Amino acid sequence: MSHFAELIDRNHIARGRQRKAANMIMLSLTGLLTVLALVPLFWIIIYVVIRGGSNINLDFFIHLPRPMGMTGGGVLSAIEGTLVVTFLAALFAIPPGVLAAFYAARYPNTPLGVTLRFSTDVLSGVPSIVVGLFAYSAIVVPMGHYSGLAGGAALAVIMLPTIIRTTEEMLKLVPATLREAALGLGAPEWKTSLSVLFPAASSGIITGFLLALARAAGETAPLLMTTLGNERFDIGQIIRGGLQGHKSVLTIFWSIVNQPVDSLPLALWKYAQQPYPERVQQAWAVALVLMLFVLIVNVFTRLWIQNRTRHSKG
Amino acid sequence: MDMKMEIAGSVFKTTAEKDSPAKLEIKNLAVYYSKFRALADINLSVHEKRITAIIGPSGCGKSTLLRSFNRMNDLTPGCRVQGEINLDGGDIYAPGVDVVEIRRRVGMVFQRPNPFPKSIYDNVAFGPRLYGIRRRSDLNEIVEKAIQQAALWEEVKDKLHQSGLSLSGGQQQRLCIARALAVEPEVILMDEPASALDPISTLKIEELMQGLKQTYTIVIVTHNMQQAARVSDFTAMMMIDELRAGRMIEYDQTNIIFTRPSDKRTEDYVTGRFG
Amino acid sequence: MLKSKSSSRSRIGSLSRFFQHGDRPWQGIIILISALVIILMLAIGGMLWVQSAGTRIKFGWSFLAPTANPNWDPVNNHFQAWPFLFGTLETSLFAILFALPIGLGIAIFLSELCPAWLRTPLSWMVELLAAIPSVVYGLWGIFVFLPKVVAPVGVFLGDTLGQIPLLGSLFTGPIPASGASRLAASLILTIMIIPTIAAVSRDVFMAIPASQREASKALGATEWETIWQVLIPFGRSGILGAVILGLGRALGETMAVTMVIGNSIQGGASLLQAGYTMASIIANEFAEAVSGLHTDSLIEIGLVLFIITLLLNVLARFLVWRVARQTPQQARV
Repeated sequence: MSHFAELIDRNHIARGRQRKAANMIMLSLTGLLTVLALVPLFWIIIYVVIRGGSNINLDFFIHLPRPMGMTGGGVLSAIEGTLVVTFLAALFAIPPGVLAAFYAARYPNTPLGVTLRFSTDVLSGVPSIVVGLFAYSAIVVPMGHYSGLAGGAALAVIMLPTIIRTTEEMLKLVPATLREAALGLGAPEWKTSLSVLFPAASSGIITGFLLALARAAGETAPLLMTTLGNERFDIGQIIRGGLQGHKSVLTIFWSIVNQPVDSLPLALWKYAQQPYPERVQQAWAVALVLMLFVLIVNVFTRLWIQNRTRHSKG
Repeated sequence: MDMKMEIAGSVFKTTAEKDSPAKLEIKNLAVYYSKFRALADINLSVHEKRITAIIGPSGCGKSTLLRSFNRMNDLTPGCRVQGEINLDGGDIYAPGVDVVEIRRRVGMVFQRPNPFPKSIYDNVAFGPRLYGIRRRSDLNEIVEKAIQQAALWEEVKDKLHQSGLSLSGGQQQRLCIARALAVEPEVILMDEPASALDPISTLKIEELMQGLKQTYTIVIVTHNMQQAARVSDFTAMMMIDELRAGRMIEYDQTNIIFTRPSDKRTEDYVTGRFG
Repeated sequence: MLKSKSSSRSRIGSLSRFFQHGDRPWQGIIILISALVIILMLAIGGMLWVQSAGTRIKFGWSFLAPTANPNWDPVNNHFQAWPFLFGTLETSLFAILFALPIGLGIAIFLSELCPAWLRTPLSWMVELLAAIPSVVYGLWGIFVFLPKVVAPVGVFLGDTLGQIPLLGSLFTGPIPASGASRLAASLILTIMIIPTIAAVSRDVFMAIPASQREASKALGATEWETIWQVLIPFGRSGILGAVILGLGRALGETMAVTMVIGNSIQGGASLLQAGYTMASIIANEFAEAVSGLHTDSLIEIGLVLFIITLLLNVLARFLVWRVARQTPQQARV
């Protein structure tokens, strides 16, 4: 009998069974862990839908909050605030994000390109509350007051790395042949970038932007020290007042963003901690709105991506 | 005395009486990938301690056949096997068979060297460790013996703790052979073992095989006919039929296949008229 | 003579080309914007450094040093940040401790065991966990997770592990009745970073060549032995990268943690106590900070957070660089 066979012969059969049993146990464990991780997902979704859904009515969406202790009222100020702040964030983040991505995709190995990639990584790792501190120092302090502008800027900083990264990746996916064909036809670099590369990558860029937006809409921390919260925020009123006073569009716009604004995540944060049960109920409703928004954007972008890849393959 | 085995219309001649017993007997083997029949009516006797080569044009199912000998085809989803493959008389596809044990007894070396990103020592010791061999002295002995059998010892004996990936291609392949030898298999399957290597490494491996056949039964798949002629004792010729199922056309001693084959298609292939 | 003429002509030619196709301005714009992004990163760090000057000068390193007497006193303008530093580190490290095996297990399931048609939907559901806003986690945490899960678990741990010497100091109870504790924060953080670890690790496993699995199986290894002895070692740097990413996320997580951790400065190492993290103190106190020193101190805490996440980033890049340098490709012949 060979040496090897001697060595293993002793507890050969038992060991074989042991190995198989261990195999079965560990493999099942991984499946169990996967199920375990999904439990909180469904628990949260279902709970928020049930607790929040019972509180949603039309009032919720079209009324301003009532003073504390009184029932009724809605979260109009928070909804409008969220819209304003995310709109500003997109406005501040998209142009520089896309432009920087063009550089990153085209010149990845220059010193500037390498530093740019490093900076993007660092920025994406900065905790959102630190971004809030930065926006406070850079915008709130010089301006002297809290504002939607500062909040939008803070969210823009949070969105920026994601937009740069996804845009860069999408641009890189455009086949080199497309770019070479355009250049070969005599198109200058900038025209090639804007009218050939960008449209080709646009669906990916849009999905990246939507996902970044969904994330920004749910951010609370940076808003704590930039927009403060404002239960009297009512865009309709501001616009009406502005029109009556014959102010220009720009002035009206400025007065919208240049004051503390409310937002859905902030409202949720405040209401969750208040002793009034009606407020807590409203908190659940706000959670439902936020969660649905985020989930819908995520589902939509996934389906869109899958649809696009299926089409491009077939 | 020639023994003719007539099964399903195919005819194989062997001079079995003077030759070694059958280590692997394949009976009416068919292999399906979902609905597609990749192999049909394969009948073959692989002789013990001989080198058997499987040749044929690309895509004719040589690798599929080889992989059915150690049940590696089980890893491909949708793969089904019909028929029998008997290792020392026991069907490896019988229900309740220990696949892990089959794979120890029937080892495999792949086309591209695939050492683990571990040290040379740990690569070769991987198999024995699976079987519970822990003592350093035992492992040292097994590892040295295996590497020597793979004709690699002189080149690596001083650097056993370097990564297996630091070796050249030919050395890596011999390392993979050593790794397979460490668990003392009975059969070694080689799927085009030298096709990714330079000519010198190829020659080294062919020499190695001649030495190995003293102890092991070897089955080699190769698209290189000269290699098959140089190295093997028996050769099986495969081709696909109209339905793209691989079939065994002829199986005989190598010198017969290459000098006076019975089937015209074999003759055409080995003389290079197609393939 | 001729030479200088043609060279001056070519200079004029290149000047007109400079402006002609709009290429240079385009390049100029994207270079400028890229530089601005880099400046933004520097500005954040710089701003934090400058604005925290007051506290740094007054308290120096003692602001961060471990101490048995926590003292965060806005009234008397005395600030010491150790409780928050400790709270952040303890909750994040435990979150990683819990999330790593779970995330790895999920990654293994998705990559090696899951049928192909199930892989995308399942991966996507795991990733959805990361998309839920932090405040929503916090709300669910306060009203559902704490009373139903953390409080009972805390009581159990306090009664069992809390009795063991040495290890027990991490589990000395009793847990507050509400369940608000570092344990709660760790568990919620675990849920939030599982998707990060799982997704990155899954990609790591799927990138491992099939030939490795074949070699292992052909030697008679079982599926689990292949995973444990070949695949995980093969992918260990990628997995480490996943851990670093997850850690970075956990360190900066604010809202959910603040809502469930109990916000208490008292000392002690137990997970079952109410605690505080760096992000939480900033979130809770910044809007109402009165004195300059109070604000400065909170900003210095932000600076520390920034530096920690920066260092993690550098570490991750260093790892990637080292792996790329070290892995000789499989035999190229």
